[in-house]
Parts: sequence; structure tokens; C-alpha cells
Amino acid sequence: MKIVVCVKQVPDTAGGVKFNPDGTLDRGAMLTIMNPDDKAGLEAALRLKDQYGAEVTVVTMGLPKAEEVLREAMAMGADKGVLVTDRVLGGADTWATSTTLAGAIRNLEYDLIITGRQAIDGDTAQVGPQISEHLNIPVISYAQDIKIEGDSVIVERQYEDRYHVVKAKMPCLITALSELNEPRYMTPGGIFDAYKQEITVWGRADLKDVDDANLGLKGSPTKIAKASDKVRKGAGEKVSLDPDESVSYIVDKLKVKHVI
Amino acid sequence: MNLEEYKGVYVFAQQVDNEISSIAFELLGKAKDLAKDLNTDVTAVLIGSGIKGLADQLAEYGADKVIVVDDPELKDYRTEPYAHALASVINKYKPEIMLVGATAIGRDLGPRVSARVATGLTADCTVLEIGDFPLQAVPGQEQLHNQLLMTRPAFGGNTIATIACPYNRPQMATVRAGVMQKITPIKGAKANVEEFNPGFTPDNKYVEILDIVKSVAETVDIMDAKILVSGGRGVGSPENFKILEDLAEVLGGTVSCSRAVVDSGWKPKDLQVGQTGKTVRPNVYFAIGISGAIQHVAGMEESDIIIAINKDADAPIFDVADYGVVGDLNKIVPKLTEALKAEIAAAKG
Repeated sequence: MKIVVCVKQVPDTAGGVKFNPDGTLDRGAMLTIMNPDDKAGLEAALRLKDQYGAEVTVVTMGLPKAEEVLREAMAMGADKGVLVTDRVLGGADTWATSTTLAGAIRNLEYDLIITGRQAIDGDTAQVGPQISEHLNIPVISYAQDIKIEGDSVIVERQYEDRYHVVKAKMPCLITALSELNEPRYMTPGGIFDAYKQEITVWGRADLKDVDDANLGLKGSPTKIAKASDKVRKGAGEKVSLDPDESVSYIVDKLKVKHVI
Repeated sequence: MNLEEYKGVYVFAQQVDNEISSIAFELLGKAKDLAKDLNTDVTAVLIGSGIKGLADQLAEYGADKVIVVDDPELKDYRTEPYAHALASVINKYKPEIMLVGATAIGRDLGPRVSARVATGLTADCTVLEIGDFPLQAVPGQEQLHNQLLMTRPAFGGNTIATIACPYNRPQMATVRAGVMQKITPIKGAKANVEEFNPGFTPDNKYVEILDIVKSVAETVDIMDAKILVSGGRGVGSPENFKILEDLAEVLGGTVSCSRAVVDSGWKPKDLQVGQTGKTVRPNVYFAIGISGAIQHVAGMEESDIIIAINKDADAPIFDVADYGVVGDLNKIVPKLTEALKAEIAAAKG
């Protein structure tokens, strides 16, 4: 079985958030990580590899620096890494990004494509389903469990108040929730090996069956009219009292605000 | 693409088990505003099996017209037949705006359909308005009027972007639940109902639903609660949520939680507040043992009053709390419940 996993390198928002004095986000000071939902997707692929035997190829689109997440994925156990990077691909919205990734994936053999549900920077959850549309294969979003049965996948697909157990013929695309699993750590041997392996680097010319009109900033139907860092409302009061005084403090505030 | 051909504000009227989801009425409320600005009509697209009878309900919430796609293949939500239905409606009727709820269905259907009809899709919008693109006139670039301007948070709620889709139609957005206002239903309103069936031929993209497992329904949706008592990892154990439940009961409130609590399996997903959970704006939000990661804050910062209890004086939750109490929740919360009981009894007294 051949599995393609799409991953994105994103700024780390958990714990490592840095703010400028004016309360806006200091992106330059923030570390990058493999997007958590994507990492869960990779872990799901590696578990299928452990269980059924599979070749796992990790694909990312980004700046040359995004090679770091491919090395990390290979240190965790992925077999191959493909970096799609080209100046003309920059500034892409989800339509242009999914067009690009589909163009890269057309060069690969696959039974299964796994993406994260959404990235923590954009939070759109669009790229996975859009890739499946470009490749004309079924999509199962929000996967909380994945099993293989013959030439089909059986997936628990999460909704707000239920889940569906869904069966699809491969090839198929699945978007993974970070609740799916606890990703494994890289091993020292794996890290060593990951840096010995070649990473495939593709540019615009390597993308299959894509039109220039659908790539990069120019090929993005959505345009940013305005973007600003959100200025949050400031902190209110903060008190450090003994438990009884804390209780009186809260009760007083609820009275003042006419809650009780 | 001749943009002039595209007219009208359309809403995907999500139904589950042949019951219209609240988000559909919220979208109709917003669609009515937008349609007024554009001097056009509101059309609801109702997709399912045996659902024709629901059309009048959509009229009561503001739909001028309802397009019904009714087919046995559409009984339970599956991406492909629903995408085929909605994309076919778009290709036939050519709406200028297509709104979809940012639900577990809409966030799957929206991207699939937008890719099929080759247009842009803006995710999880919180503000929609009609305006110019570019916002200010730029020399050498034509300023387009009557554009849908879609505003959304990104980066865990730390940035706000306003997005347009000036050269493609329809302009598509998914919209966060609980943000737009429904109108007061107009009793007896009737919509102009039109049936449309593009034909459904199962292919490789039709998945098979083997089973549907419903989680036990919570009595109150946290998005409707006036008072939320929300717990985080600091609560310590699923059993210890009892002290939060007691507090909620005294105040007539509801218990909700952070993502860490759901990930630990202590509480079901439908109680989760935050970027990957629900956006809430109660009158009072108690954040108890919640550190306040920005993804959580993004889902609750619009609450009228935020009261935080946390033993860590440096917890980021104190940056958004109106009233922050540094201390041990195990000591404070039970005493608070008792004190409130006494206060409420005295007030009634």
C-alpha cells in the first residue's frame, strides 16, 4: 500500500506565543512546528504502515525551510519526502494551494492520501477536501479512527453529536483530527537516517496537469482586503486572597453586575 | 465567467435527521441583510430525502424562495451526493453569494463544492457585509462595488482578515455558528418552492455509511447558555467536575470545558469551547482551572463577564478575565456554591 501524507510547517501558537508591546503577535520570535492535525495524520499513516505494511511519502508546500518538517516526518518513520517550493506558488489561498498539491500528488502513486483536518495558522479545513476534488477521489473528513479492509478504508467520521462509520474504496483522501492518536517521537537513529536521505524538491515545472492561472497569489480567487492583528480587550482585575475572601469577592461582583 | 449573470443571496439550509439546523436560520437572517443591500432575494437550498415539508419553516425565517433537492441518495449526509446537489444548483441558478454553515458538514461540503465550481471560499466568517474592493480606491485598479466582504479570525484568533472574492462567482463563505442573528419568525410565511433534481448516479466517490452512532444528547447546547461554568485540565479529574456542576446548578448555568478536557476523555466534544470547539458568548463565563491558551480564548472572549479561578497567577486566562482570582479551585468553588445558595435563598426570602 502507498500512502501520501500532506503536512504544513506552521508557527507554534501553543505556549510559545510572543507579543509585541502593542499587543500584536510577534511572528518573527515564534518557533515553527509540524501542524498538529497533520502530525496526527502522519502518525495514522505510520500505524497503517506498522500494521499492514506501506510506503509513506510526505509532501509539503512552502519555503525551502519547510524541509525541516519533512526531516522530522522521516525521523518518525516516513519513507520519502517531497518539498514543493517555488516563488510563483507564494501567496496561495486554499484553492491555489490545493491545486498545487494535487499537481504534485499526480506524480506519485497512492492508495490513500491523509491530510490534517486544518492548520493552526489558517484554520480553514479546506485544502484536504479540495485536493480530493481535484483528484476526483472520495474524501472522508474529520477522521477519528481508520482501518483497512481489503481495497477499502473504514473510517469513523466525526460530527458534532454523532459519528458515522464510513466505508470508501481506495484511492481515497482522509482528513485527520489531532484527537486521532498520540504521535510518536522521533528516534535518535531515525533522526540520523533522516538527514542522510535525499529529499525530492519540485518546482512549478514538476507539477502535473495544472494551469498557471490557478497558482500562487494571482491564481487565488480570494483576495485579502484588510488584515490586522487583533487587539484584545485588556485584563481586568486580579486578586490573590484566601478562599473565603475570594468567595466574597466573586459574590460581590456578581451582585454588582446583577447576575444574582 | 460573466459575473453579471450571478444574482441573489443563497443559503445552504442544513438539515440533520430531517430537522433544520439552527445555523440555517442564522444564515437566513444574515442573508436578508445582504440581500437588502444588494436589492435582491434570499434563496434557501434544502437538500435531503423526504424534506419538502420543511420549506415553509425556511420561509418563516426569511427565505423568499426555497430550492428543494430531494432524493433517496441524500438521506444521511455524504460528501459526494450533497456536493453534486449543491454544485448543480449553483451551476443552474448562478447565485452571487452562497453561504454555508461552518459545521462538521459545511466545512466538508463547502470546500468540495467551491473546488468543483472553481470559486473562492472563505472559512469560518464572523462578519459579512457588502462593500467595495479594494476598500479604498487605488490608482490604476478598478474599484469594484457591491462585493461581499468576509471577515474571519485566523491564527487562533490573533489576527483578523477581511477577504473578498472579486473576480469569481459565487462568492462563497462558511459562517461560524452562533454569530449571526435569526429573525423573529414570520408566522404563516410561504416561500416560492421549486424542486430540482440533477440526477444521482453512484460512482467511486459515493461512500457507504455502515453505521451511525449518536452521542448521548446534552440537555442544553452550551452556545445557548446564559451562564457557563467551564473547566480545564486544572479541575484534575472527571469526578471533580462535580463541584463545577454544583456551581452551575445554583446559577441555572451549564458546564462546558476546554480542549484538554475533551482530549483527556473527561467530557464529550460538544461541551468544548474554543477554536476547534464552539464559540460562546454567555452573560457570565467562569473559567476554572483553564490556563487560557489563545485557541480557548478565541471561543469565549466575547462573553459579557469573564471570571477566572486559577492557582497559577501567570496563567494567560487572567489577561482576558474581568475578574481574576488566584487560588485553589478545590477550596474556592465549593464555598462559592454554598455562598451563592445562601444569597439566592435570602433574595427570595
